[in-house]
Amino acid sequence: MIELDNITKIYRMGKVEVPALRGVDLTIKQGEMVAIVGVSGSGKSTLMNIIGFLDKPTAGKYTLEGMDVSRLNDNKLAELRNKKIGFVFQTFNLLPRASAISNVELPLLYSGGGQRHKRSLEALERVGLGARASHKPTELSGGEQQRVAIARALVNQPSLILADEPTGNLDSSATTEIIRIFGELHKEGITVILVTHEPDVAMQTQRIIRLLDGRIISDEKVKNNNTSVSKRKGVEN
Amino acid sequence: MKFFDSIVIAIRSLFANKLRSSLTMLGIIIGVGSVITLMSVARGAEASITEAYEELGTNVLSIIPSNPEAEGGFMAMSPGYALPTLTMDDVRALESVRGISDIVPINENFITLTAGGETHSALLHGATPAYLDVLQYSIASGQFFTDHHVAQRANVVVLGSEVAEDLFGDDDAVGKQVKMKKQRFTVIGVLEPKGGAMMGFSLDDLVVVPVTTYQARLFPQQTATGQDAVASISFQLTDLENSEAVTEEIESILRRRHNLKDDDKNDFAVVTQEQVLEIVGQVTGIFSIVLGSIASISLLVGSIGIMNIMLVSVTERTREIGIRKAVGAKRRDILLQFLVEAATLGFIGGGIGITSGWLLSWAISQIDIGGFRLGATVSIDIILLAFMVSLFIGLASGLWPAMRAARLNPIDALHYE
Repeated sequence: MIELDNITKIYRMGKVEVPALRGVDLTIKQGEMVAIVGVSGSGKSTLMNIIGFLDKPTAGKYTLEGMDVSRLNDNKLAELRNKKIGFVFQTFNLLPRASAISNVELPLLYSGGGQRHKRSLEALERVGLGARASHKPTELSGGEQQRVAIARALVNQPSLILADEPTGNLDSSATTEIIRIFGELHKEGITVILVTHEPDVAMQTQRIIRLLDGRIISDEKVKNNNTSVSKRKGVEN
Repeated sequence: MKFFDSIVIAIRSLFANKLRSSLTMLGIIIGVGSVITLMSVARGAEASITEAYEELGTNVLSIIPSNPEAEGGFMAMSPGYALPTLTMDDVRALESVRGISDIVPINENFITLTAGGETHSALLHGATPAYLDVLQYSIASGQFFTDHHVAQRANVVVLGSEVAEDLFGDDDAVGKQVKMKKQRFTVIGVLEPKGGAMMGFSLDDLVVVPVTTYQARLFPQQTATGQDAVASISFQLTDLENSEAVTEEIESILRRRHNLKDDDKNDFAVVTQEQVLEIVGQVTGIFSIVLGSIASISLLVGSIGIMNIMLVSVTERTREIGIRKAVGAKRRDILLQFLVEAATLGFIGGGIGITSGWLLSWAISQIDIGGFRLGATVSIDIILLAFMVSLFIGLASGLWPAMRAARLNPIDALHYE
């Protein structure tokens, strides 16, 4: 359960103050699959970063599973990111010189759990890349790199996956594959929040939150919701 | 996170970035290696020079007359500046001082020798048989004069190798006659060449006669009390350590013999080991400073190399830190990783640097410069110094950007350009 209450974020560019979020109220329940959409500069990435504690709000209250996030210190936030949240970025953000499996293993190194290799390999197999575990990111296609990133996001069994334009750099078939995986994770009960500006992608979720100039201008359920791939493939074909 | 895991992370990161790791290490290797080599050469040269002086007889101390009216310093001790105050009786009185192995009076002047039409000017010493031991000469042919010659004021002379060669060429000089101050002297021995020079004078361009002969027939000079003067007394210490005690005893004996009152200044001076070594120390000190500066520059260049690599990679590494923080790394984890990385590079690079510096020093010590070897001396303090400085710079330049990056919001680190 994510509860945002009047969240504001102001960036300071020298002497100029640039508001990115101007009082966002939002509640997302456990297990929802949500798309945050909007034009460039509408604040959608900022909102996602704040939800994942990659950034701190200037004002407002953020409660995650009953915890007041603003009261938590950096170490606690790092621990929460590690255990509860998986990130997927538009630019993948893999360590370029580490193999796929080493990248996937990274969160496990920081959580200190056992059976790291086995769990990482399982996560890679889930995204269909078991055979490419020892490849470096440069030896993988964009879609494959993003699937490595998703494996990394889910290896620690998070309750929340945050994806910032996960398909922004991918072709349509890779996009389909990525969205299919997110759909599966959603079915397992993981909360999935996608930031996107692609209507096709947004339509695959249950709920679309539209931002403009740092405010929520619409928040509606997707009618005729169907996250199945066949429907989406039908649309494309 | 367990400490072992951070080592795993750091080692993986080092292996994943082989070029960066090896360039950083190269900086440390060059820094450590050059400092060790240059400092070792400096130390070795210092030791060689000191040793060379000791071969010339730095454990030999001298007593010379001194002008009690003059203010201190070397001027007061300059030969000819002070009136003669020392005698053969002083020499005999000092023979029993403990800590002195050999003692010899030396009267000194320049003399012109002639033999068979050849003329040669050389340094003349009037001495006793102890001369050989104190000044560490040995006889090449013939013999040195004896106490009997001294007692007889015999007209015998021992030639330095250069003098013998100049006057007699390849012929054996022993038994030949030379003239000094229109008097005939019989050559009874020739000295082994020493090969050195002191203050520009060749140590082989001299002749030695019995001190009594010198006093009676060549350069007579009397003290204020009318006795035959001895210009200086040289002696060899059995142990360099007790030069102060020996000096004190000599002073008390000579003061008593010269009837000096308690508030009188000495009418003689003991030129101590410390004074001689002070001058030697100044020479070698300059040498050490020069090489030390070069070594410091190498270390600085090496350090800048390390810093350069560390700072150049900061963009890439800031993004890496962002990624690591996004997946749950704490600030402590990041710092530990960078610390272990820098320390690992420091230890491996430092180890290679020490080894190569050592090998290079050894190689240099094998180079023979006209019979003179630098004899580079590798010592533990140099190794520690070079190692600590490189390690410190490696750690500082590796940790500083990491600390800044670790403090950023993860998203700022991820978006760092």
